[in-house]
Amino acid sequence: MTDAPVATVPAKPDTSGRSQWWDVWDQFKTHKGALFGAAVFGFIVLSVTIGPLLWTIEPTYIDIRSRNVGPSLAHPFGTDQLGRDILARMMAGGQVSIAVGLTAMLISVVLGAFIGVVAGFFRKLDTFLMGLTNLFLALPLLPLLLVMVMLFRETLARSFGPEMGTFILIVSAIGITSWMQTARIVRGEVLALKEREFVLAARSIGTPSRRMILRHILPNVLSPIMVSATLGIATAIITESALSFLGLGFPPDFPTWGRLLFDAIDYLQQYPERVFWPGLAISLTVLSVNYIGDGLRDALDPRIRGR
Amino acid sequence: MLTFIIRRLLTAIPTLVLISLIIFLLLDLAPGDPLADQPLSIPPEVRQRMRDALGLDSPAYIRYLLWAKQFFWVEPLYFIDWLAGTNFADGMQRIVSWQFRAPVFDIIVQRIPQTLWVVGLAYLVGVMIALPIGIISAYKQYSWFDQLGTFVSMIGFSVPPFFSGVLMIVFFAIMLPWFPSIYDTTLVVNDFESLGKQIRQMTLPVLVLSLQTTAQLSRFMRASMLDNLNHDYVRTARAKGMTEKVVVLVHVLRNSLIPVVTVIALGIPSIFGGAIITEQIFKVNGLGQLLITAIYANDLPMVQTLAFIFAVLIVACNLIADMLYGLLDPRIRYD
Repeated sequence: MTDAPVATVPAKPDTSGRSQWWDVWDQFKTHKGALFGAAVFGFIVLSVTIGPLLWTIEPTYIDIRSRNVGPSLAHPFGTDQLGRDILARMMAGGQVSIAVGLTAMLISVVLGAFIGVVAGFFRKLDTFLMGLTNLFLALPLLPLLLVMVMLFRETLARSFGPEMGTFILIVSAIGITSWMQTARIVRGEVLALKEREFVLAARSIGTPSRRMILRHILPNVLSPIMVSATLGIATAIITESALSFLGLGFPPDFPTWGRLLFDAIDYLQQYPERVFWPGLAISLTVLSVNYIGDGLRDALDPRIRGR
Repeated sequence: MLTFIIRRLLTAIPTLVLISLIIFLLLDLAPGDPLADQPLSIPPEVRQRMRDALGLDSPAYIRYLLWAKQFFWVEPLYFIDWLAGTNFADGMQRIVSWQFRAPVFDIIVQRIPQTLWVVGLAYLVGVMIALPIGIISAYKQYSWFDQLGTFVSMIGFSVPPFFSGVLMIVFFAIMLPWFPSIYDTTLVVNDFESLGKQIRQMTLPVLVLSLQTTAQLSRFMRASMLDNLNHDYVRTARAKGMTEKVVVLVHVLRNSLIPVVTVIALGIPSIFGGAIITEQIFKVNGLGQLLITAIYANDLPMVQTLAFIFAVLIVACNLIADMLYGLLDPRIRYD
C-alpha cells in the first residue's frame, strides 16, 4: 500500500469528461430565482468594485454649495446635506458592507465548520463543544454585539486606526456570534457520515484522523457548509447595517449602507428618497444572496440533482 | 417526561449562571467611570466614599456575587413584599441604575407594558397571518398564491426592519398622513377616541414586526403541511370519504402544527431582539430602547440586568418548546 499524497483542500474529483461541478451548475441553472439572484448579486458586486473607477467623484468630497440637490446628470442620486455625491457614497458604502459580509461569513463558517467537524468526529469533545454551542445560542446576541462594539471601539481604533479598527471589531464580533447554526448542521452530517461504510473502510486501513477528516469527511459536508456560507453573507450584512443603524457601526465619514440609511433618517421629512437607495441596496443584496442559497441547496443535493 | 423536565431545569441553571458571568465579565472591561458625570467640585475623599458605597473598587468576583445576590435573592423578595405586603426585603440593597438613580426593576416594570403591547400583539398578528398563508400555500402547491407567498416571505426575510419600518413611515406617515410615526407612551386610553389613537399609533410598528414573523412562520407552516400531506393516513382519511375540509383542517393541520408550535415558542425571544430596532425607529420606549440608552449612558447594572433577562427568556422559551414538543407529539418520548 502506498501512501497517498495528503490533499489539504478537498480537490475536485479528477474524472475525465465532466466534473461534478458541471452537474451542480446544470441543476443550479434550472432554478430561475437563483440564477436571477446570482445575476443581481454579481451586478451589485461589480458596480461597487468597478463603479468607483468610472464614477470618479470622491465619496468624502464636500461641495457645500451644491448640497441637498435632487437627482441630476452631475449627481444621479443627488447630494447629501454636505454636498457629497450620494452615488459615490453608495458605491463606497457597498464596498464596505459587502467586505464586512464576506469576511464575517468566512470567520463564522470556518469556526462553525471546525467546531462542527470536531464535535461530530471526536466523541470525547462532543459534549463540551455542543454545550458551548448551546450556550452561545442562548446568549442575547444583538445586545451583546452592541456592548462589544461600544466597549472595544476605542481600543481597536487607537491601535488600527478608526476605519480598520471598526472593521476588525465588527467583522470578528459578527463572526464569533453567528457560527452556531453551521456547527450544528455540520455536526449532524458528520455524525451520520461516521456510520457509513466508506468511513469504516478508511479507518480499517489505518487512516489517521486528520486525513480522515480532510479527505473523507470534509468533502462530504461541503454542501451544507456552502449553503450556510451563502446565507451567512446575508445575515452578516443585515447585522452590520443594524449596528450602523443604531449608531454603533462605522464612523460617519466612512459610509456603509447601514450608516447611509441612518444618516438619511434625519432628513426623512424633506428628502425621503435618500432613505430609499441604501435600504434598497441592502434588501436587494440580501434577497439575491438568499435566492442563491436556495438554488445552491437544491443544486448540491445529489438526490434532487438530475431529476 | 417529568424526569426530563427536571433534568432540563437543572441543566438550565448552570447555563444561566455561565451566561450571567459572561455578560458580567464582558461589561467589566468597560472603560467608563460611573462617577464621571459628577461635578468636579466634589472633594476627592467624598468621591472615594461614593466609589466605596457603589462598591466599584472591590474585586470583580465580589461585584459579580453581589449582583447575583441582588438579582436572585433581593429582587424576588421585593416582589414578594409587593405582592403580599410583607417586609422580608427591608433594608436590602436593590440593583440600582446609574443613570436613573432608581432600582433597575422599577424602570423595567414601567417599560414592559409598551414592549408587550407592541411586540406581543405583533407576534400574535404575525402568527394569525402566517398560519393560513402556510396552509393554503401547501395545499395549493406551486399555484400563484404559493408563488406569491414564497416571494412575499423572501421579501420579509430580506428587507431588514430598519428599512421596512422607515419605508412605512415614508409612505404612511409622511406621504399619506394616516398614522403617527412616533409612539406616544403618555397616551391614556379611557374612551373610544383615545383607543382609536392607540390603535393607530400601534399599527406601523406592529406591521413591521409581524412582517418578519409572517415570513418565517408561513414558510415553516408550508413545509410542515407538505410533509404531512403525502402521508398514508391522509389517503386513508380521504378513502373513508371524509370531506376535503376535514382532511386538511383536522387531520393534516393538527399533525403539522406540532413542529410549528415549537418554532413559535422559539421565536419569542428573537422577536424581543428584533424589537430593539423597531422600538428605536418608532420611538417606543420599551425594553429595547431602554437597553440602547443604557448602553450609550454606560449604565452597567441596567445593561447587565436587561441582557440577562433576555437570556432568561431565550432559555425559558427553549425549555417550553422542548416540553411542548414532547406533550404534543406522542411519538417523541424523553427517557
